[in-house]
Amino acid sequence: MRYSAFSILWQGLKGHSGWPRMWRDPVPKDHYDVIIIGGGGHGLATAYYLAKEHGVTNIAVIEKGWIGGGNVGRNTTIVRSNYMLPANTHFYEKSMQLWEGLEQDLNFNVMVSQRGIINLFHSDPQRDAMARRGNAMRLAGVDAEMLTPAQLKKRVPILDFDNARFPIRGGLTQPRGGTVRHDAVAWGYARGADMRGVDIIQNCEVQDIRIEGGRAVGVETSKGFISADKVAMAVAGHTSAVAKMAGIELPVESHVLQAFVSEGIKPLIDTVVTFGAGHFYISQSDKGGLVYGGDLDGYNSYAQRGNMPMMEHVMAGGMAIMPTLGRVRLLRHWGGIMDMSFDGSPFICKTGIGGLYLNGGWCYGGFKATPASGWCYAHTIAKDEPHKLNAAFTIERFREGRMLDEKGVGPNPWIQ
Amino acid sequence: MHQIDCPWCGVRDEAEFQYQGDASVTRPDPDAGEDDFFSYVYVRDNPKGWHTEWWHHNGGCRQWVKVVRNTATHEIHATGLPRDGLPVPQARLKP
Ligand SMILES: [Zn+2]
Repeated sequence: MRYSAFSILWQGLKGHSGWPRMWRDPVPKDHYDVIIIGGGGHGLATAYYLAKEHGVTNIAVIEKGWIGGGNVGRNTTIVRSNYMLPANTHFYEKSMQLWEGLEQDLNFNVMVSQRGIINLFHSDPQRDAMARRGNAMRLAGVDAEMLTPAQLKKRVPILDFDNARFPIRGGLTQPRGGTVRHDAVAWGYARGADMRGVDIIQNCEVQDIRIEGGRAVGVETSKGFISADKVAMAVAGHTSAVAKMAGIELPVESHVLQAFVSEGIKPLIDTVVTFGAGHFYISQSDKGGLVYGGDLDGYNSYAQRGNMPMMEHVMAGGMAIMPTLGRVRLLRHWGGIMDMSFDGSPFICKTGIGGLYLNGGWCYGGFKATPASGWCYAHTIAKDEPHKLNAAFTIERFREGRMLDEKGVGPNPWIQ
Repeated sequence: MHQIDCPWCGVRDEAEFQYQGDASVTRPDPDAGEDDFFSYVYVRDNPKGWHTEWWHHNGGCRQWVKVVRNTATHEIHATGLPRDGLPVPQARLKP
């Protein structure tokens, strides 16, 4: 069913009794051309672009839980392409461009809101670093502007410009950045993939990857064996565990990242702001809740919850730029499991095993990458070779000394 | 919150410590070859379950503490000196 103003009006007159379900609940077939392990944003986007761009429609997306129950529903909804290393800049800009046309493409309201993102800086050296980043972005065709304190005061008056330790000296903004309704991204891609014939199989756990003669030939699941010409992993958070089924060891650790939402309040902040002297980012949802987060808890964890010291640290970061936060009550908080790679950059690549593909290592930045990740991964699977946009996102880059260490912190995932 | 029993200081809150990674990896011999050094620097077991790891008591005695902790439940099974071979419970949670 195509969504339109007319369909809403018509269903309204009928008491909204005629909306069909957005995707089927199929029984798995014996064989698929492609099996995607993981029905998160990346897995669903991959299925969608495989069907739409490459005409591959005999696909199963196999999800252990339910669609939208993992990290695609656990992030802070920020999208941006303000990277500095060329491989990252071009990839994330592709993602930004796909976000910009996604609602028309999917015929689904994912609430893309290009409200801008502002990275604050607090010292002269930091201004230089921001200018360098902004210049790198502009050279790659990405929008970036420096804001003076006077411009910032107009844009975000609620900030504490004269904080004694971290006075705000300006900001680097990407006006095209913003937020997207995260759950709707999963639903929109699931619906779009299903409409093109993709089987989305929920509550079905992949327990092993069957390999014969150096080639992946299918997966053992809680609903039995399903064979496939190609098997593609998209399970960030649990990549180590699933890759281990195929005997692949990776430079990945799983870490917990917390996020927070306040009670709903009247409009306070109409953009995304990040603190430059700590790790803190904040925006306001359309329901009025302040959505914010900060650093990883900083120890290996598969528990989808964090601990109090990091909560306190995040709140302190928020108080340093927005003291008014102290008067706003916290409503909800949760944790998600991050696939922390050893250089902070992702994997979208082939593996040493024929017909087996890897998508993972998204660290805490996977949501914004969802469209380009699916788009590039679909290309890699369909053509059995990477697109130039993801050619650098290999496993071998560590052995070859071609790390993409955007933050320059070295192989210590817990401080990325 | 994690409560870590530092062998020198006693039980302290997690907030006094800085995590320092997987303690099961050991530096290879200098002539062990590229593969061993690659694994040492980059490859991690990353288990869902019991994990032997380093915590630096940088808000206390500044010694390094070896900890056996469960990454699925945050339960701490044992702590000890860096040279200690700590027992690791065998049961591992399903991935
Ligand atoms: Zn101590």
